[in-house]
Amino acid sequence: MKQPIYLDNNATTPLDPRVLEAMLPYFTEKFGNAASRNHAFGWVAEEGVDYAREQVAKLIGCTEKEIIFTSGATEADNLAIKGVFEMYKEKGNHIITAVTEHKAVLDTCKHLEKNGARVTYLGVKEDGLIDLAELEAAMTAETILVSIMYGNNEIGVIQPVKEIAAIAHKHGALFMTDATQAVGKIPVDVNADGIDLMAFSAHKMYGPKGVGVLYVRRKNPRVKVTAQMDGGGHERGMRSGTLNVPGIVGLGKACELCRLEMESESIRLSALRDKLETTLNKMEESYVNGNTQHRLPHVANISFKYVEGEGLMMAMSDLAVSSGSACTSASLEPSYVLKSLGLSDDLAHSSIRYGLGRFTTEAEIDQAIEVTQKAVNHLRELSPLWEMFKEGIDLSKIEWAEH
Amino acid sequence: MAYSEKVIDHYNNPRNVGTLNKDSKFVGTGLVGAPECGDVMRLQIEVGEDNVITDAKFKTFGCGSAIASSSLATEWLKGKTIDEALSIDNMDIVEELALPPVKIHCSVLAEDAIKSAINDYRVKNGLEAIVLEKSHH
Repeated sequence: MKQPIYLDNNATTPLDPRVLEAMLPYFTEKFGNAASRNHAFGWVAEEGVDYAREQVAKLIGCTEKEIIFTSGATEADNLAIKGVFEMYKEKGNHIITAVTEHKAVLDTCKHLEKNGARVTYLGVKEDGLIDLAELEAAMTAETILVSIMYGNNEIGVIQPVKEIAAIAHKHGALFMTDATQAVGKIPVDVNADGIDLMAFSAHKMYGPKGVGVLYVRRKNPRVKVTAQMDGGGHERGMRSGTLNVPGIVGLGKACELCRLEMESESIRLSALRDKLETTLNKMEESYVNGNTQHRLPHVANISFKYVEGEGLMMAMSDLAVSSGSACTSASLEPSYVLKSLGLSDDLAHSSIRYGLGRFTTEAEIDQAIEVTQKAVNHLRELSPLWEMFKEGIDLSKIEWAEH
Repeated sequence: MAYSEKVIDHYNNPRNVGTLNKDSKFVGTGLVGAPECGDVMRLQIEVGEDNVITDAKFKTFGCGSAIASSSLATEWLKGKTIDEALSIDNMDIVEELALPPVKIHCSVLAEDAIKSAINDYRVKNGLEAIVLEKSHH
């Protein structure tokens, strides 16, 4: 079978061969436990981890001691939010987040609500950005944490993190950000941005799956989180468990490559993305979702009205993309992120997300454009809604049967 | 999710896509589903002498299984009498297309579309609409 063109880099990225090369020795000859203090095997593994810590720290502008290795961004989100809630509960029980957050944040907050937390879920504007005045108004003396993502996984919009951090700090709260889609793609600097805690993972930036980071600020202020797993007290007591040395080494290498190549790579990717987006947006009744100014360079989310996303993906089997249509899920509910922008259900059902990456070529983008246009036209031929639209029938005036 | 070969076949080569003249008294039109739910089917039948369905056409907005269900329905309808058509059950479609549980609603919608087209034809021709049991979605 011919491999489809991979344009789902927001879901995961392929491992860069240079990352794999760095990792390989740590599976075999350098297999030691980084916590073994009494022999060379342990020392060698620890050296690998220390070097990776430097590589990660350099990418996000922090010190090595502020890096807590985890199994991924989901664990890091859990550790940050639950850990802060438990550590600072004397100070207050109020957390502020946004409705477009990843489930790892939303469901963690929902969990804490059962344990006495009060959570405010901020809505977003039409372009996907939160309203800073609304955040300001939601802050109370009880607010201990503001958790707003850096770049959105579905539409790629970048939140004004600096301004958000300033508002949080003004009211004595900590600022946490899930930066899974942003780190390695755009410059992220924890000091310039005012970030107190930050979660991200290796597999979204050409590193291996199963390893991620929680950045925890040590100075101005010194932030602490309560450990969520008991054990050997690894990672300054915040995350027990034998370190995943090959994974961590891979993460380090991935961070280094992103840091060195980010500038040229983001220019290349945004040019390809813009080509894809402007060409497809020229099609009749197609709509770009989310803010197009404050946005990650590699994401495009487009709705093709009057065709259904899952059916569309089937017609584009040469492309590996994703859709906001949730026709497969039991609820039949389309993407909550797109709906929170105020998109009608039918436009949310009609959306396709293209996630470009380091290995995406211009030839692939040209092919993706052609495949998409052909599929959309084909499905519109089949669509009764398209026919009605063409006849000038107002679809909103029709009484559709609930089902 | 992997689709069955039959779904893929109907999806790639949909049978009887098109539009019949909805104002003709020989034509019955059923429009079911809703855009917000992600699927809308329009199924039309043309009825000749002896209540035999001489032609059937469809257009569907929806996933591959919805398109395949309506395509298959038009294939089955041609040549059947109205009474025979009324006996088409959504589970027949599920079986023929090997639809997974999560896609059963697509077959239900196709059955609804058939019944709704037949009722439209009946009402146009001075017959009473058949009371349909409320299908469970």
